Amino acid sequence: MKGPDASGMRLLERLRRALRRDPSLFFMPALLIASLAITLAIHPQFSDFDLQSLAMGALPLAFAAAAQTVVVISGGLDLSIGSAMAVANVLAARTMEKASFEQSLPLAVAVLIAGAAIGALNGLIVVLSRIPDVVATLTSGFIWGGVALIILEKPGGGAPPDFLNLGTGTLFTPWMPNALVLLVVAVGAIWIPLRRSKLALQLYAVGSDRVAAFRSGVNIGRTRFAAYVFSGLFSAVGGLGLTMTTGIGAPLAGVYYTLSGLAAVVVGGVSLAGGRGGMLGPVMAAFVLTLIPTDLIFLNIDPNFGQVILGTLIVVIVMIGGFVDMGRNRK
Amino acid sequence: MSDSALLLEVRDVAKRFDSVVALKAASLKVRPGEVHGLMGANGAGKSTLVKIITGVFPADSGQISVKGVARSFRSPAEARRAGIVSVYQDPALVPDLTIAQNMRLAGASLDAVRKWLAELGVAGLDFNLLVRDLPGPALRLIDLARALAWEPAVLLLDEITASLPADLSEQIYAMVKQWRERGNAVIFISHRMAEVSALCDRATVLRDGVTAGVTERAHGSEERIVALMLGAETARAVASVPSTRAPRQRSSDAQAALEVRRLGRSPLVNEVSFKLYSGEVLGVAALEGQGQDELFDCIAGSRRYDEGAIFAHGKELRLRHPADAIAAGIVLVPANRLLALLQQRPILENIALPAFGGIRNWGPIRIRAERTRVESAIERLQIDTRAGSELSRLSGGNQQKVVVARWLASGFDTLLCFDPTRGIDIGTKRQIYALVREIAAAGSAVLLFTSELAEIALACDRAIVLFGGRVVAEMPVSEADEAALLRAAHGLAPLGQASS
Repeated sequence: MKGPDASGMRLLERLRRALRRDPSLFFMPALLIASLAITLAIHPQFSDFDLQSLAMGALPLAFAAAAQTVVVISGGLDLSIGSAMAVANVLAARTMEKASFEQSLPLAVAVLIAGAAIGALNGLIVVLSRIPDVVATLTSGFIWGGVALIILEKPGGGAPPDFLNLGTGTLFTPWMPNALVLLVVAVGAIWIPLRRSKLALQLYAVGSDRVAAFRSGVNIGRTRFAAYVFSGLFSAVGGLGLTMTTGIGAPLAGVYYTLSGLAAVVVGGVSLAGGRGGMLGPVMAAFVLTLIPTDLIFLNIDPNFGQVILGTLIVVIVMIGGFVDMGRNRK
Repeated sequence: MSDSALLLEVRDVAKRFDSVVALKAASLKVRPGEVHGLMGANGAGKSTLVKIITGVFPADSGQISVKGVARSFRSPAEARRAGIVSVYQDPALVPDLTIAQNMRLAGASLDAVRKWLAELGVAGLDFNLLVRDLPGPALRLIDLARALAWEPAVLLLDEITASLPADLSEQIYAMVKQWRERGNAVIFISHRMAEVSALCDRATVLRDGVTAGVTERAHGSEERIVALMLGAETARAVASVPSTRAPRQRSSDAQAALEVRRLGRSPLVNEVSFKLYSGEVLGVAALEGQGQDELFDCIAGSRRYDEGAIFAHGKELRLRHPADAIAAGIVLVPANRLLALLQQRPILENIALPAFGGIRNWGPIRIRAERTRVESAIERLQIDTRAGSELSRLSGGNQQKVVVARWLASGFDTLLCFDPTRGIDIGTKRQIYALVREIAAAGSAVLLFTSELAEIALACDRAIVLFGGRVVAEMPVSEADEAALLRAAHGLAPLGQASS
């Protein structure tokens, strides 16, 4: 009699604690379900096609958010994510244009390595030069933006259809877009092993309290460097995602994702002060931030007003998160 | 005992931070199986020495040997591998990780930590709790248990009992003794003389970054330790005290400019009461962390207090914001000038700022009237204004004067000075104390905390001593020499009463 009751209590206790630790774990799914419900309400004929375009639209943003999340958790900020995505995007579109599907896969791996290298350079600049990360990554963002334009002057290039299909097609049923599968697989393949490693502890520790982390034996420089490498890697996946979903390379398309990715991070409950938050929140926030403009279009609202409403909604969501946090800390 | 049998030897270690010399020639010899006290007044360099020994930062010169082998550690992790572990003054636990994650982060065995925690009297602690949610004393014990889990040959405890309740301190004493029995060494840093005397086998005394001496037997050597902490300089300091000021004539019914009645803020301020009269400088003497920070913050309105009351000229104050205190004429000159000043703005703006705090002042500024007031303040304080365009280019002493000048320009009744001469050269120090005297002579009241006990005699009329958040002594300046203050600040009874 007592056994199941006790384990039930323990589960409740664990849930309560997880909620206290990261309220976005519950808040974000609720927000996502709510925005999906609203979408269904104003657009009852929501079809498999709508789901596919939602997934395709959210894909690059989700990766941009993932890239930013790793750096923000470690107490930094990366303003070069959009440019790194642009480089990956045009690099893929330029090299894959005449390639076969079999050739495109190793090329994709090469693009990922290039992205990680961009992140590594950022990390070196931030760690070795001690230039504030905002300044260092803002300026390196200009450089990579220029490099993207050198690689591909104007939108163009392409990739083999089978490769594009990884981002645009569906798996088993039309209700299972490949973009969604790709997102889950890619984020899961990078984040889950990372989250279980000692490096993740070090990332959170450095973001939470650098002095305490140092005294606990953490190598601060190496940890921050690693955060930027992962940021570059996620950016490159995002760039590949852009290539898949748009079918071409566009040197200026990535830039937009630096700030909207950061918005997703903030909405997703990651503390900009570092040390707090997870990956699920920002990725879900990417979907919410993609759904809102879509809904506004369904409602026939002038896109310029849409921008104002979107910004206002972000502020409101972040404020609610802030109040939850304040209540939690006051206790 | 030959030097090769020493567990740890520090020889002539020096360290400076920019222009501040923290250590000049610190030496320390620690034998196996001893508890070694490390003593010294504020700023003597104890914490710096601990951080150099454990690799938090490198020494500029000097040598550190572990078991006879010269070593220099580049990080606490490296020192730990050589068997040297410190529990620092502020817990080295990451707030956003759980206890278990913190242990994994530092590579400490969970079972060992749990075992040591049980020995310290903490059983059944949930290791999945976030460090952020734990109270301070628990963190200290966890930090200690983690240090013990590495089985260090040399364990350094920097003020570990400073903010602990008595029963937990007892647990730590027992643990320290146990660690000694195993043939290890403990370096024990504390301001509490009674503790050191009861626990330590020997003690090394630092004074102004130099090892002043070693007592072979800590128990019963209190007087010698105090003498070593004071050094020969006391004589000179006493000689330089200005002619004794006549005790101020004060009618018994005179209203205090500031009265603090049974003020309490757990856990660091307990039933603090004192009266401060106009025209008087009241000195507050205390070692680090005895509640003086909190006391000043409470009076200045930047921290809430739980108990007691504060009166200005007999009227009880409700302090919810520094603006409330300023409105009542109570203004603060903090120790950290950076907290009070706008580094990127010109001197004039910095001085004029407090006059514009209120919302009714949001209109245009009457520039000319403002400038006259500010300039007269600058003149009075002889602030060097050649670098007027940006405050950050002024020297520390001149910056401190700007903080005082802003209150002169906007007017005040009671001045709270919290360690105004920290990190300031001797010449400017003199000027600042002369200024404090002048402010009192002009009829204001001044409450002055200084970490350099010798300075109490230079600037104050009376002094109170805080120890463990309580007022443990009050004395006129004629009795407040450095020796008397130091004894009181260590929780010792005055010499005359020691036998009774």
